[in-house]
Amino acid sequence: MDFRFSLEDERFRTELLLFLKSDTPQPMPFPGNMTDEQEWKLTTVIRRKLAEKGWLTMNWPKSYGGQDASSIRSLIFNEEMSYHLIPGRDVFGSRMLGPTLMIYGSEEQKEEFLPPISEGRVQWCQGYSEPESGSDLASLRTQAEDMGDHYLVNGGKVWTSMAHKADWMMLLARTNPTAPKHRGISFFLLDMRTHGIEIKPIINMAGRHEFNQIFFDNVRIPKDKLVGEEGQGWYVAVTLLDFERSGIDYAAQAKRLLDDLTGYVIKAQEAGNHRLSKWWINDLLAKLYIDTEVAKLISYRTAWLQSQHIVPTKEASMSKVFGSETFQKVAAAGLKILGLYAPLTSDDDHSALSGYVQECWRYSFMNTIAAGTSEIQRNIIANRGLKLPRN
Amino acid sequence: MDLSFTDTQKMLVTEARQFLKSTWGTSMVRKLAEDTKDYSNDLWIAMAELGWMGIVFPQEYGGTGGNLIDLCALVEEMGRHLVPGPFCSSIGLVGLTLLKEADNETRSLMIPKLASGQITATLAVTEETGGLAPEDIETICVRKNDHYILNGIKLFVPDAQNVDYILIAARTGSKPTNISLFLAPTGSDGIDIRAHKTMSFDAQGELRLVNTQLPLSSLIGEFNNGWPLVDRALQLGTMLKCAEMLGGAEIILDKTIEHLQERVQFGRPIGTFQALQHHCANMAIDVEGCRYLTYQAAWSLSQGFNSRKEVSMAKAWVNEAYNRICTLSHQCHGAIGFTMEHDLQLYTRRARVQEQSFGETQFHVEILTKNIGSLRRGSL
Ligand SMILES: Cc1cc2nc3c(=O)[nH]c(=O)nc-3n(C[C@H](O)[C@H](O)[C@H](O)COP(=O)(O)OP(=O)(O)OC[C@H]3O[C@@H](n4cnc5c(N)ncnc54)[C@H](O)[C@@H]3O)c2cc1C
Repeated sequence: MDFRFSLEDERFRTELLLFLKSDTPQPMPFPGNMTDEQEWKLTTVIRRKLAEKGWLTMNWPKSYGGQDASSIRSLIFNEEMSYHLIPGRDVFGSRMLGPTLMIYGSEEQKEEFLPPISEGRVQWCQGYSEPESGSDLASLRTQAEDMGDHYLVNGGKVWTSMAHKADWMMLLARTNPTAPKHRGISFFLLDMRTHGIEIKPIINMAGRHEFNQIFFDNVRIPKDKLVGEEGQGWYVAVTLLDFERSGIDYAAQAKRLLDDLTGYVIKAQEAGNHRLSKWWINDLLAKLYIDTEVAKLISYRTAWLQSQHIVPTKEASMSKVFGSETFQKVAAAGLKILGLYAPLTSDDDHSALSGYVQECWRYSFMNTIAAGTSEIQRNIIANRGLKLPRN
Repeated sequence: MDLSFTDTQKMLVTEARQFLKSTWGTSMVRKLAEDTKDYSNDLWIAMAELGWMGIVFPQEYGGTGGNLIDLCALVEEMGRHLVPGPFCSSIGLVGLTLLKEADNETRSLMIPKLASGQITATLAVTEETGGLAPEDIETICVRKNDHYILNGIKLFVPDAQNVDYILIAARTGSKPTNISLFLAPTGSDGIDIRAHKTMSFDAQGELRLVNTQLPLSSLIGEFNNGWPLVDRALQLGTMLKCAEMLGGAEIILDKTIEHLQERVQFGRPIGTFQALQHHCANMAIDVEGCRYLTYQAAWSLSQGFNSRKEVSMAKAWVNEAYNRICTLSHQCHGAIGFTMEHDLQLYTRRARVQEQSFGETQFHVEILTKNIGSLRRGSL
């Protein structure tokens, strides 16, 4: 057993940190202190730089413009990017779609779609969820009808993150309404400029425009944009959900917030702040320090299993549940620590930490829902992981 | 023993709920937020017409002579509907303090107007430390000939930007508890009020006092001995804050149950999943705890008993329980609960602000450690 990273991995971490220092804004503005547009602009700029370094798709094979990086290397990359609040990574394209196309895509599809992803030139979005199909994704109703030389799509999607900035969508639609529900679904690549797509913004609880509702009105998809076989879409999509799930993002975000809070408290204590010198503040921070350590270790173990080519089903769910819930706990604790100052937003003269803690807290309700709710993850841990009988 | 409302109280609750349902909704809470207002004059007038501001005042002052449990029940309904405005501040913090402590002249001048909703008021205690102990008060008041002069900065003053009068707690002597109370019209020279900008749509503000001159008649209660008045007002305010939060907790549970019955996934209402049923059962236990700790505090205060323990137990519990309820409700709602469009976040955000006002959890826990049997003072 050895809890250390290899020397080469540590060297990579150092290189990455130096890059972040020289090539990203220092200090990185808190997300709440940028407008949606400013954040998007920064995303595209940094994404290009990451692509130049080859880091954007480091997990891809060299033959597709990747670096054949191990899951441990990806873990380090994601840990530092999340910890330092750096925008620019490409969850949909590089982490999900790329690896899927490598398995299921045609040669033409790989040629057309992989290079723009590794070069950081394209934004993808994920068109899965529908108003009536969230956790029960396989019940989705958006229809793609075979019209001979193309498919005709009608219906709609919801919660589609970044659709308003996306060039392409990975779309799940029903091609066979009479087949059993998992078998009637197909996986498409949809050009977002196609006629008949309407995008309606949905403002999230943090006051941001990130996700959207989408309406399809007779949208045409050329036949060659079907991935895998017709009716195989569910299985294509599920493969994709299993890629790159160490959960380190949640753990690193939690750790970052906790470190910021601890720094804030230490400064206040040094300045003689009576309230922040009370034992319960230290106690709260110390307990969360342990929690963030657990979150980190579960993620490390998940990534390590992947590096040994073991599929970490239970571990991936554990790190997602525990990491996202730890972030939620740290954010709520942050409000407690700031006390009466906690609700003040960045534009108030008295705001603490630029209103960043309340912003994090508002966001903290997101990750226990997105990408499989905590309840669904616990079902997976119990059923697939612990082999308890299914309900 | 009787752990229920009287028939009159039940009627009051039913009427209040019907009235608020028909005249006030979350769409209006949102509209106020958009207009960066935190108070609706129309609603205030309508509430006054129903006699709500007079509910705890004696008839001789134009009130209806009710008790603190009546007031608690009413505030609970207001909490359910996120009613804005300086109701608790005017009535609970200032009105009841004046009724008990002001001289006859001030009383007959102020109470009838407060009881009819004609004027509004609040209490300013907290400062930079955010603490609720007399030591936290640094705003200073000195007497100069025939008036008082105040200097200092108050923060997080509830409803500061929406009231006509402020009852100011200021330091008048060197002993920690040498605090006195002064009643000042907010329009006075040397008073500057700025609204805080918060993540919720609640109203709280900063009060700057720069050489503010007040007449001798502005003193409420005894000079240098105002802390017991502040302490009592804070206890009342804390109980009312709990009532407001209880109302929120109840409606969140109701709405969650509704959602679980209506939302279908995997071919059945999601309310059939035991994971979610247990969430709701836990929320229901928390609501029950909020309810009876709050009512117990209201009852104890209404009896004139020493209620420090009851009030602190209530706030310490409600702070945590209400936030647990909101978090579980988000979990039960899925993505829809993470949108601005949905009402849940209005309550969730408010809950975190309410948690901090009138004493955070640990503040009340500390009070309890000093009031439970003969617990030894722990070392640090
Ligand atoms: C911030 C954010 C971004 C998102 N981005 C995207 C995106 O880009 N693309 C996309 O397609 N989707 C996206 N989603 C949608 C996300 O995948 C869904 O929200 C998620 O699958 C849950 O579905 P739902 O919101 O409809 O909740 P529901 O499925 O309605 O769940 C409601 C409640 O029921 C519970 N529940 C459901 N089934 C069970 C069960 N079998 N056992 C126990 N409990 C159960 C859930 O755990 C939850 O508590 C996003 C969501 C969020 C919050």
